Amino acid sequence: MLRISPAPHITSKVSTTKIMWNVVIALMPAFIYAIHIFGERAILLTMLSIISAMGSEYIFQKLTKREIRISDGSAVITGILLAFNISPNSPWWLPVVGSAFAMFVVKQIFGGIGYNIFNPALAGRAFLTASWPSLMAGNWAPPASGTLSGLPTQALDGIAQATPLTLLKVNPTESIAQSLNSTYMLKALFIGKVGGCIGETSALLLLIGAVYLFFKKYADWKISLGYIGSVFVFSGILYYLGKTPVIPLFHMLSGGVMLGGLFMATDMVTSPVTVKGRWIFGIAGGIICVLIRVWGGYPEGVSYSILIMNMFVPLLDRISEKKIFGR
Amino acid sequence: MSLLTFKGGIHPACCKEFSKDSKIKRIEPPDFVYLYLSQHTGIPSKPALEKGEEVEIGQKIAKASGKLSVGLHSPVNGTYMGTVMHPHPLGGMKEAIRIQVNKENSTPFKEKKRAKISSIPKQKLVNIIKDSGIVGMGGAAFPTYFKLQVPSSKKIKDLIINGVECEPFLTSDYRLMMEKPEEVMKGVDVVRRIINPENVWIAIEANKLDAFEIMKGTSSLFPWANFVVLRTKYPQGSEKQLVDAITGRKVPEGGLPFDVNAYVQNTGTAFAIYEAVYLEKPLFERVVTVTGNVRHQSNFLVPIGTSFEYLIKLTEGPIGKISKIINGGPLMGIAQSQISSCVVKGTSGIVVQNETESIKKEPSPCIRCAACVDCCPMNLLPTELYKHIEMNRLEKAKEMGVLSCMECGSCSYACPANIPLTQQFKIAKSRITKKGK
Repeated sequence: MLRISPAPHITSKVSTTKIMWNVVIALMPAFIYAIHIFGERAILLTMLSIISAMGSEYIFQKLTKREIRISDGSAVITGILLAFNISPNSPWWLPVVGSAFAMFVVKQIFGGIGYNIFNPALAGRAFLTASWPSLMAGNWAPPASGTLSGLPTQALDGIAQATPLTLLKVNPTESIAQSLNSTYMLKALFIGKVGGCIGETSALLLLIGAVYLFFKKYADWKISLGYIGSVFVFSGILYYLGKTPVIPLFHMLSGGVMLGGLFMATDMVTSPVTVKGRWIFGIAGGIICVLIRVWGGYPEGVSYSILIMNMFVPLLDRISEKKIFGR
Repeated sequence: MSLLTFKGGIHPACCKEFSKDSKIKRIEPPDFVYLYLSQHTGIPSKPALEKGEEVEIGQKIAKASGKLSVGLHSPVNGTYMGTVMHPHPLGGMKEAIRIQVNKENSTPFKEKKRAKISSIPKQKLVNIIKDSGIVGMGGAAFPTYFKLQVPSSKKIKDLIINGVECEPFLTSDYRLMMEKPEEVMKGVDVVRRIINPENVWIAIEANKLDAFEIMKGTSSLFPWANFVVLRTKYPQGSEKQLVDAITGRKVPEGGLPFDVNAYVQNTGTAFAIYEAVYLEKPLFERVVTVTGNVRHQSNFLVPIGTSFEYLIKLTEGPIGKISKIINGGPLMGIAQSQISSCVVKGTSGIVVQNETESIKKEPSPCIRCAACVDCCPMNLLPTELYKHIEMNRLEKAKEMGVLSCMECGSCSYACPANIPLTQQFKIAKSRITKKGK
């Protein structure tokens, strides 16, 4: 018996599973570094987060009698990213609850992989921030080879026990702004000698992972460049206008801009499919992030900026349709 | 050097190395040949003989019937056995002329050198091409004489000879260019004289630079020809993409190349035109690449009507079990239900796949990776189109350009979730056009 099927009769070797596991690989440099600076607590929290994400997905798929897809790698990514978005000081149950929320409410109820509107890890983080604000925003730990603020302890009395973005939000005196704009600070942010969420610390290692994905075409650099670039340009404009005391490079390297711009905004499921749409998505996201940081109530605006842009994806796809060949 | 190309497309493994060095070899005819009355776009031809009549190689055995039709010529010396229903490579059972090959009489076709070709008027050339049964040899099988009669309102500026052969595996056009460059160019010259273009472009993909050099080697004889290399990318050989790459003009939606003053002709067709005009030889044999999972991948000169089974045997057989046989390339070719299907004028190759190569991958949900959007050469949004068609919104699909889909297969190829995009569009297109009638 000959097999008959419609053309084409060959397919590329890229599969959903392959893309997802490559994203996991791309997150590894930042993860290994997190273990280095935050110790085994980082492993524990990340593992719990992954187990919770996979377990939740399994339970949901089992209960609803759907195909079990937990090995496609997407739940693992959500688990890692959620853990990357919480403090290394968090209680063990925090990532468990966050990932369960991400999988049940954000991903599976909307139809599972491919159908969720919001990035599950980011929405999970938003849920945790709303539910346990003190655990999410005031429970930091300094990294092994640096300080929480990224500044030398003797530099500024007492304030070394806050993250750079908190310093900026709470008490942006001139001397603090000066320290935040120092080369010392920027270097600390780039390499990762500053306190913060588990996975957002080292801009360099996140970039290495992301460049791998760009090269493999498993993430679109246009979204990342749009997002991070617009954070840089827009914060630069506000700095020039005197609306923010810190330089654009600080805005670009601090907090979750790198993690969000490189790994969360580029989530395929929750970003536009057209090239124009992706540029708008990234650029608008970056602007919203800076708006929140400068005028909003939170010190950090990355997760909300991306979640807000997630909502606009269907609209962006619609308004940025390509010109059909010959039409 | 930045090579000419179009936007979008895919880069499948070219797999041409299997057969590219196999020289074109004329094969012994099989015991029977089957010539389908319908092997071109248009009205099927009508048998012109009585059962039991002896036929000679090259003799007309079926006449053109109607406005858009061409005849058939016997590829062998033998006996006309009437018509039977036979599995057609494009699907279904179709009426075919059956000829029993006379094994005693292997007299080859007598080529006659036609005299004073340069003084034959245009219309006469078109008639010769029509009488010789020539159709597009790249797969579409559109009667060439009809295409050559460009409406007088459409002045052709650019004649493009398509030597791109972008489908993986196939090497029949490549071998023709390697072995018969001058003959191909003489065929091009005939086309040039009929349609009188301003420019003539010989377009070859960058993975066939040796063929490019050989073709270019004829330029002293054909000073009017421009030889251009195009980037290796699928579907570079698609008419609209080729016209765009070379002239920068985009064929309008639903239009034809002549709407932008361009005319595209395949290399194999040019060669057939050469044979018809210069040697008075009608189209009854063609080069077929038999490749894929067979022992000796080859380029054969095959009598039209030879069964796939016979050709596969000539390669000393498949390696292991045959699981799929494709008429044409792996991206747009058609899977055969019967190994007894026979070569038609449009069969440029036969690709054999084994069990693992032909395995059907189960589709999973779309992850919106946009691989299909990025590669669609017609600039459609395959993933969005798919969803609309799935929900039966055909009007919306039409508005989003589904009728522009040329079923090149790029989106299905690229999709990491194995969603049968191309198949869905094919069905939607036929549903939309049927509704319109």
